[in-house]
Amino acid sequence: MAECSFGLIGKGYVILASDTTAGRSIVKMKEDEDKIKALGPNLIMATGGEPGDTIQFAEYVERNLRLYHIRHNHTLRPSSAAAWIRRTLADSLRSRNPYSVNLILGGYDHTTSTPNLYWIDYLGTMVDVPFAAHGYGAYFALSTLDRYHDPEAPLEEGLETLRKCVREVEKRLIVSLGKFKVKIIDRNGMREIDL
Amino acid sequence: MNTFVSRFAPSSSVIPQYRGALAGDDDDEFSDLTWGSQAGFGNIGAKGIPSFEVPNLPDPSAFLRMHTDDYADPNCRIKIQHGTTTLAFRFKGGIIVAVDSRATAGSYIASGTVKKVIEINPYLLGTMAGGAADCQYWETYLGIQCRLHELRNRERISVAAASKYLSNLVYSYKGMGLSMGTMICGWDKTGPALFYVDSDGTRLKGDIFSVGSGSTYAYGVLDQSYSWDLSDADAQELGRRSIYAAGHRDAYSGNTINLYHVKEQGWEFIGNYDVTKMHYDGPGNVPGATGGGYGYDVRTAGRSASDADAIDTSA
Repeated sequence: MAECSFGLIGKGYVILASDTTAGRSIVKMKEDEDKIKALGPNLIMATGGEPGDTIQFAEYVERNLRLYHIRHNHTLRPSSAAAWIRRTLADSLRSRNPYSVNLILGGYDHTTSTPNLYWIDYLGTMVDVPFAAHGYGAYFALSTLDRYHDPEAPLEEGLETLRKCVREVEKRLIVSLGKFKVKIIDRNGMREIDL
Repeated sequence: MNTFVSRFAPSSSVIPQYRGALAGDDDDEFSDLTWGSQAGFGNIGAKGIPSFEVPNLPDPSAFLRMHTDDYADPNCRIKIQHGTTTLAFRFKGGIIVAVDSRATAGSYIASGTVKKVIEINPYLLGTMAGGAADCQYWETYLGIQCRLHELRNRERISVAAASKYLSNLVYSYKGMGLSMGTMICGWDKTGPALFYVDSDGTRLKGDIFSVGSGSTYAYGVLDQSYSWDLSDADAQELGRRSIYAAGHRDAYSGNTINLYHVKEQGWEFIGNYDVTKMHYDGPGNVPGATGGGYGYDVRTAGRSASDADAIDTSA
């Protein structure tokens, strides 16, 4: 399935962007599907991969992080949440029925005042990165991000870099992915914006 | 019995399609040695049509495919060079042609010093992607035909005609295992012209092309900075940077970059640049260079996304 998601950090924020099409076979079944899930006040996750697995896994993660929040009266830090999610995927991979889910995890860590971004795939690979891409978009946008991304860029500049990536995918990828949904996490929490 | 024999005879009617393309009836009388070195073009007969030895089987192209298709069978004996990044774009100052120099056979880097720009003649360039031998041979052959056109018509061949000649030629071999994706670049009466020609028989006229396994990465940089009005220096820098991006991200591309600029007076070789050197130090003191390495870590060294310094502690 031609799915595509991006993530990038900037000065004090993380941006996650994902396409919004849900398809089955050759049919486009929905064109406003939200594939970016809020996992807490300071953590969001873009999912992609096997339909069904993506939603099931995202909700499983969300409920567990919520449980942690209730039990301990504070949320898990992004780095710890990422480690837990990675381990969950790695354990799942070695089960009879593994989740086939690729993730980009973005969060703002209040203890260090640092935005965090993690690239995670269904094999349980996790990398802490300044920018990330999953799906066919990676083939087109990673070089664009190599060239233009700046970890100290103010928000508007970060969004412009993201626009470059989306434009490139729209221009060169043979299938149309439709609109992209964009969510931002910073010290004030999560918000959604139009690109 | 007769039908059985004729099925396996090379002149059998079972393979009439090869007789047309590979006709070499009167070539067999002459040995290559008769004329000494012919630079690999000794198979061109009196009619100027090359002929080849084909496997003595009912379907030679299926036989070839069986022994060269390294996608289906990684253990096959003959491996063909596949990975590459090449690009060419037209702008107001002519055409920029940039290529990498890596040759791979499967996961093995067979060479890091391949010339993937083929200098067909002083005003025509061809690029090499796919089978190295196929590109080298047929583009040199194209050069011969272009020269003959020049002698016959007292006029240089147009880029459109040259590329059409190549595309018709590879189309006549369709299905027989040719593998090439090439860009024919040159300057003719109409100005700078750029054509993409591949072994499927596709021929496209255009302003920007990139071909090979690293092409998507090259496009990612090229598209975002391209404009028709680029200066010569900026255009050359864009060509370098785009191939660098592919050399960095694509495992099947890299080593060095060869850069050419096609101008009205013909093409000019600009330079050869080491991808690793460009990553850490940049291309050196060349026109268009911004100074410093192209690598992400080099470019953003010391920059942090943390906004700890921006926190208002007075509240």
